[in-house]
Amino acid sequence: MNILVCVSNVPDTTTKVKFNGTQLVTEGVQWIVNPWDELAITRALELKESGAGVDKITIATVGLVGVEPTMRKGLAMGADDAIRVDSDPKDAFYTASQLAEVVKAGNYDLIMTGFESADYNGISVGAMLSELMGYASVGAVSAVNIIDGKLQIDREIDGGKEVLSVETPLVVSVQKGIAIDPRIPAMRGIMMARRKPLKVLAPVDADVYTEIVEIELPKAKSAVKLFDAEDVAGLVDALRNEANVI
Amino acid sequence: MNFELTEEQKMIRQAARDYARRELTKDVLERDENAIFPTHHVKALGELGFLGMMTSPEYGGSGMDAVSYVLAIEEIAKIDASLAVIMSVNNSLVNYGLETFGNDFQKDKYLRPLADGTSIGAFLLSEPEAGSDATHQRTTAVDKGDYYLVNGTKNWITNANSASTYIVMAQTHADKGPRGINAFVIEKNTPGISLGPHENKMGMRSSDTHSVMFTDVKIPKENRIGEDGFGFKFAMKLLSGGRIGIASQATGIASGALDLAIKYSQERKAFGTEIFNHQSVAFKLAEMAIKVENAHNLCLKAAWLKDQHKNTDMASAMAKCYAADIAMEVATEAVQIHGGYGYVKEYHVERLMREAKLTQIYEGTSEIQKIVISRALIK
Repeated sequence: MNILVCVSNVPDTTTKVKFNGTQLVTEGVQWIVNPWDELAITRALELKESGAGVDKITIATVGLVGVEPTMRKGLAMGADDAIRVDSDPKDAFYTASQLAEVVKAGNYDLIMTGFESADYNGISVGAMLSELMGYASVGAVSAVNIIDGKLQIDREIDGGKEVLSVETPLVVSVQKGIAIDPRIPAMRGIMMARRKPLKVLAPVDADVYTEIVEIELPKAKSAVKLFDAEDVAGLVDALRNEANVI
Repeated sequence: MNFELTEEQKMIRQAARDYARRELTKDVLERDENAIFPTHHVKALGELGFLGMMTSPEYGGSGMDAVSYVLAIEEIAKIDASLAVIMSVNNSLVNYGLETFGNDFQKDKYLRPLADGTSIGAFLLSEPEAGSDATHQRTTAVDKGDYYLVNGTKNWITNANSASTYIVMAQTHADKGPRGINAFVIEKNTPGISLGPHENKMGMRSSDTHSVMFTDVKIPKENRIGEDGFGFKFAMKLLSGGRIGIASQATGIASGALDLAIKYSQERKAFGTEIFNHQSVAFKLAEMAIKVENAHNLCLKAAWLKDQHKNTDMASAMAKCYAADIAMEVATEAVQIHGGYGYVKEYHVERLMREAKLTQIYEGTSEIQKIVISRALIK
């Protein structure tokens, strides 16, 4: 079984985000592997190491040359090779279209994407990719196991979970639970990462359907309001009339 | 001149940072309070390759440069200085010593498990009456023809209980002074070796420190490191490189204290505003940041010299002396910025302040570093 993990290059989640119009100000931003994708790589590695029949793990990213350190991190974690489509990921459909070309040119049984990316949170690429390929797709996946050579997928549903047995090829969008902690690359992995293949592909023509017209930062949180321990009535009044939560 | 780190160096720093923040933060207070050795962290860091960072892959090490080593130790020390000293002793004293000066038998038998983290090592130089003046070794290694017979006591030994491999300095030819000292690689479980009680230290409480007693300990001839009489020179060469590790550890302590002080200064309010907005606090933080940056750069300079196979004596002494002294200053100021909260354990800065103190004392006191530096000035 070959696994393709689609990886987004996103700002570190502790970044203080600033915009110039609709453009992210990238100065001083540290770029990382999207945390959900990092967990997907981790689970793929766990499956490979468990001897469940995973032959190869490839990571793919749509991005310009600046994303390569992020991809090297994936290789240092233990992925076997990497493919970069040399273009800005203009929107979800454009990105999914580029990844579809990667999938067509390879021989992947399981394609993993993070549930969402930590930058624009579109929650779209996985589903679009499966549609473009005509593959089955499962979202909100919290566990991927290989049992007797077949994929068994846990999917979160309202108040519980579904356990699915699914034929390959398959696209899964993974979320919390897929792996406990992201794999920290070992020294040896870091040294080997540079020698692993990182193939660069030219982008294909694809439509761009969305355009960001305005970015609005979340409102700053208001200060905490403290009530005297005796003032229960005041607290209830504030929760009802100011916070409107009861 | 290029201050840019390589992609690998950045990745190593991030790996150490991720491990420290994710794993060490969880139990560092408990380990400090109860003086618990971080067995599972040592194992995990060994598996990640941090215990044999600069050792050649030929012997199971990671084959990294000294710059990467500095970055990793700093990140670990920001959260847990005890673990940083365990790393430092293993990497820059024991592993480096065996790889550079050990014979093939010693490298095969002892270096491999040390480099891949399956065992750890200790460096036994200090004695009850030979600390800064290491030339007067009272531990003896008498040449008995086909073996050495070792007797004596070593003090303040980091990793004494948890290590399985000791590097021990002992006097063989008393009449030759320092030139009569030999270095040996000795297995801890050799008959005749016993440990004193666990030292109840002010800081670095998670590293295990003991005195070690040798009573008629028979050591095979093949366990002597280098030529007869090479021991003192060997120890001094190792300590020159070892200082880079301790300097990095001290820089990490200072940097960790600065991070905590910056965070706290933006949360704590006094006189109607966050205390960062008071110049007395902001300027303190600026001064602390300058010191941390200077210490960091001194460590990198010494590491760079080591990577270029140039003499590091003066640079590593400067880095160690400066970093240790500013670690004490910066950690003390971090406690001051935290006020009363800084004096209680859960805010971490009091621990960093206790840990900083040791960096001015071990692997050559700040005063010894100044002797090394001043002598180098007139060479």
